[in-house]
Amino acid sequence: MSPLVLAAAAPFAPVDQEYLFEARQMQALSFAVHIPLVCFGIAFPAFVLFMEALWLRTGDPVYRTVAKRWSKVMLALFAVGVVTGTILSFELGLLWPSFMASFGDVFGLGFTLEAFSFFVEAIFIAIYVYGWDRLSARAHFLAGIPVVIAGFTGSLMVISVNAWMNNPSGFTLEGGRVTDVRPLAALFGNDYLWHELVHMYLAAYIVAGFLTAGVYAWGWLRGRRGRYERVALVVPLTVAALVTPVQILVGDWAAREVAREQPAKLAAFEGLHEAEEGAPVHLLGWYDGEQVQYGIELPRLLSLLAFHDPDARVEGLADVPADERPPVNVVRVAFQTMVGIGFALAAVSLVYLFVFVRRRRLPRSPWFYRAVVAAGPLSVVALIAGWVTTEVGRQPWVVYGRMRTEEAITGAGSIPIGYASLVLVYAGLIAAVVWILRRLARAPVEIPAGPGGVAPVVAGPAQPEREQDGRQ
Amino acid sequence: MTLAEVPLALMLVGLIAYAVLGGADFGAAFWQLGARGGTRSEARREHAYRAMGPVWEANHVWLVFVLAICWTAYPEAFASIFSTLSVPLFVAALGIILRGTAYAVHAGTAREIERQAIDSVFSVSSILTPFALGTAIGGIASGRVPVGNAEGDLLTSWVNPTSFAIGTIAVATGAYLAAVYLAGDAARAGLDDLAAAFRTRALVAGAVTGAVALAGLLVVSLDAETLRDGLFGWPAILALVASAAAGLTTLELVRRGRFEPARYLASAAVAAIVVGWALAQRPELLPGLTVEEAAAERPTLIATIVGVALGAVVLVPSLALLFGLVLRGRFDREATEADAEARRGTVAPHRRPSGGLAVLALAIGLPLTLVAEGGPVQAVGVVALLAFVAFGSAALGFAAAAVAARDDDG
Repeated sequence: MSPLVLAAAAPFAPVDQEYLFEARQMQALSFAVHIPLVCFGIAFPAFVLFMEALWLRTGDPVYRTVAKRWSKVMLALFAVGVVTGTILSFELGLLWPSFMASFGDVFGLGFTLEAFSFFVEAIFIAIYVYGWDRLSARAHFLAGIPVVIAGFTGSLMVISVNAWMNNPSGFTLEGGRVTDVRPLAALFGNDYLWHELVHMYLAAYIVAGFLTAGVYAWGWLRGRRGRYERVALVVPLTVAALVTPVQILVGDWAAREVAREQPAKLAAFEGLHEAEEGAPVHLLGWYDGEQVQYGIELPRLLSLLAFHDPDARVEGLADVPADERPPVNVVRVAFQTMVGIGFALAAVSLVYLFVFVRRRRLPRSPWFYRAVVAAGPLSVVALIAGWVTTEVGRQPWVVYGRMRTEEAITGAGSIPIGYASLVLVYAGLIAAVVWILRRLARAPVEIPAGPGGVAPVVAGPAQPEREQDGRQ
Repeated sequence: MTLAEVPLALMLVGLIAYAVLGGADFGAAFWQLGARGGTRSEARREHAYRAMGPVWEANHVWLVFVLAICWTAYPEAFASIFSTLSVPLFVAALGIILRGTAYAVHAGTAREIERQAIDSVFSVSSILTPFALGTAIGGIASGRVPVGNAEGDLLTSWVNPTSFAIGTIAVATGAYLAAVYLAGDAARAGLDDLAAAFRTRALVAGAVTGAVALAGLLVVSLDAETLRDGLFGWPAILALVASAAAGLTTLELVRRGRFEPARYLASAAVAAIVVGWALAQRPELLPGLTVEEAAAERPTLIATIVGVALGAVVLVPSLALLFGLVLRGRFDREATEADAEARRGTVAPHRRPSGGLAVLALAIGLPLTLVAEGGPVQAVGVVALLAFVAFGSAALGFAAAAVAARDDDG
C-alpha cells in the first residue's frame, strides 16, 4: 500500500458527531417512505400484466380496463419511487461518508449494477404506459415483462448490499484499512443474500397485494361490488393469499440463518439474556436488561424455531460485550409485530383460499372484507417492522462486527436542519401521493364494449371463438 | 487512459447524458415558470409535459449511475465530496423529491389553482436542483473540496464565484436544450405555433447561455487559478472551442428551423463543456488526490468496468427503443379506429392454467424447506415454494378472476 493512500486514510478516522441518533432517524425515515413504494415497483407490474394477460386470453374488456387504470397508478408510484430511491443514494454520502470511503469499493458494485435494473424499469414502464393504444397488443404486453424482471434483479442487487452489511465478507481488514477486495464474493457469495432476497421479494407481493385488494374491499363494504371492482379485488388478493403462508416458511428459514450468523440479533428477537439450552419464547412483555417481564412463556420454542431442535443451545445477549448489543426492546417489539401480523395475514389468506377452493365463490361475510381492508396497512406495518428487526438488530454495527455506526458518520454539522426539512418534504410527498391516488380512483370507470359490440357476459372458454372470427 | 481512469470516463459519459437529457427535463420546467392560464401557455405546458413524460425517469437514472460508479471506484473522493458539499447536495436532493412528486401528481390536477400550485413547485424545484448541483461541481472544480470527512468549509465550498457561475450555466444550458428539443418535437408533431414559440425561446436562451458561459469563464479565471490554467491549456481549450462552435452553429440551425440537427449539436455543445472540465482537472480528482490514488483496487475496477459493459448490452438497445419510439412520434399520435381494431387481443380458445403443478411444487417445497439446514437442499425447497406461488397464482388467479367477472353474483 502506498504511503499516499495511508495519508488519505487519516481524514476518515471517526469524528465527534453530536447528531448520530438524528442521522439514523433520517435514514430510517427515508427507508420507511421508500420501501412501500419499492413493493409496488416489484409486484404491481406483475399484477398489471396478469390483468392484461387475462384480457388477451379471454377478450373480456373489463380486464383491460383494470390493467390500464392500474398502469397509471403504477407510473405515478414509480415516479415517486425514483426520487425517494435517489435520496437514499444521496444519504449514503451525506450521512455516512466514512462508511462509503472505507467500504464503497467492496459493496458499491451492487448499486452500480442496480442502476441498470433501474434504467430498464424506467424505460419499459414508460413504453408500457405510453404504449397503450399505440403498440400492438402483443408488443405492449411484452414491453411489460422487462419491468417485472428488473423489479427482481433490482431487489437482488440492493439486497446483496444489505446482506453484505449484515454478514460481511470479501475483504481483509489490515490495521483499519480494507484490502484484498473481492467485490463479487462480497455481494453474491454471501449466504445471507438468498433468504433476505426471497423474504423481501415475497413481502412486496404481500404489501402490494393486500393494499390493492384492501382498496376494493373498502369499496365492497360501501356497496361498490360491480364486475370491475370484483376483478380488481380478487387478483391481488389471490396472489397475496398464496404468498403469505409461504412467507412464514421463508421467515423460519431466515430466522435459522440469523441464529447461525448473528446470534446477538437472534437473542434480541427474544430478549434472551443468558445462553440457554431449550430456550423459550416470550410473547409480548418487556425486556428489563436481565430478562423478559410480563411475557407469556412458551417453553423451548426459541430453540425449536432457531435450530429446529427443542434442546438446542441458543446464545444470549450476555455472550457479547454490553456495548455490542442492539437496542433489545426495539428489535423485540418489531420482531413480534412482524410475526404477529404475518400470522394474522396468513389466517385471512387461508379463509379466502378455503372458501374459494371449496365453494368457487368469494366470501360473503362483511367481516372478511373488513379484515382485507385492515390487512393492507397492517402488511405495511409488518414490512417496516421487519426492516427495523434486521437493521436495528444489526446495531451498533453498520458493517456487522467490523465497523460501528458511529464510525461511519459525517463530520458535517447540518444533520438536524436536514432531518427537519426532510420530514416536512416527506410529509408533503405522502400527502401528494394520497391525493393523486384518490384523484385517479375518482375517474369514472369506463369499460368499452367487447369486440362483438356488447360487453361479454361470461369470461369463459365458450365465448372467445366468436371474437377470433371477428378478428380474422 | 489507465485502468484507474476508465470508471471516470464512464462517469463522464453518465454526467454528459444527465446534463443533456436530465438537464433538458429541468429546462422544460423552466419555461413553465410564471406561465399563467390562457390557451397558448396551456398548450406549451401540455407540450412540455408530454415531451418529458416517457423519458424523464430514465433520464434521471443517469445521476444514480454516476454516483454509484463514483462510490465504487473512487470511494474516498465520493465521501469527501458528499461530506464537504453536504448542503448544496442536500438542497439538490430536496429539489429532486419536490420535482418528482410534482411530476407524479400533475396528471391529476383538475382545477386551475391546483395546476398553478403544482406547476410552481415543479418549476422552482427544476431550477433549484440543477443550480445546487452546479454549485457542487463548482466547489469540486475550484479545488474547495479537500480529502476527508467534511474537511472543507460547509459554506464557502459552494457559496463562491465559481460555484454560482457553474450553477447559473447549468440552469441556462438546461433551458436552452429544452427549448431546442421542444421546438423539434413540436415541428415533428406538426404543431407550428408551438414550434415557433419554442424557436424564439431557443434563440433567446442560446444567446443568454453563450453570454453566461463567457461571463462564467471570466469569473473562473479570477476565482480559480488552477482551473483557469487547465481550461485555457492544452487540450481542454480544444473542448471549449468545440463547444463554442457547436453552440453558434446550433443557433443558426434553430434560426433556419432545422431543429433535428440542432438537437444533436446543442447536446454536443454541452457535452464538450463537461469534457473540457475533465481535461482541465486531469490528473487530479480532488486537490492532492490524483485519479490513480483515489481509485479502488484492481478487482473492484475490473468488476465495475465489466459490470457496466454487460449492463450496456441491455441498456443501449433499450434506450434506443425508447428514444426511437419517442423521436419517431409513436407516442404522439392519437389512435385511429383501424389501429384499435388491429390492436385487439388475439383471443385464442384458451385452457385455464391447471393447479396440478402448484400442488406438486408445494409437495416438494414444504418438506425440503422445513428440514434442510441451508445448502442446495434448502435452495431447491425455496425454489419449489416460489414455483408453488407462481403456478398457484396463475391457476387460482385465473379461476378467481373468471368467477369475479361473472355477471351475476360476487
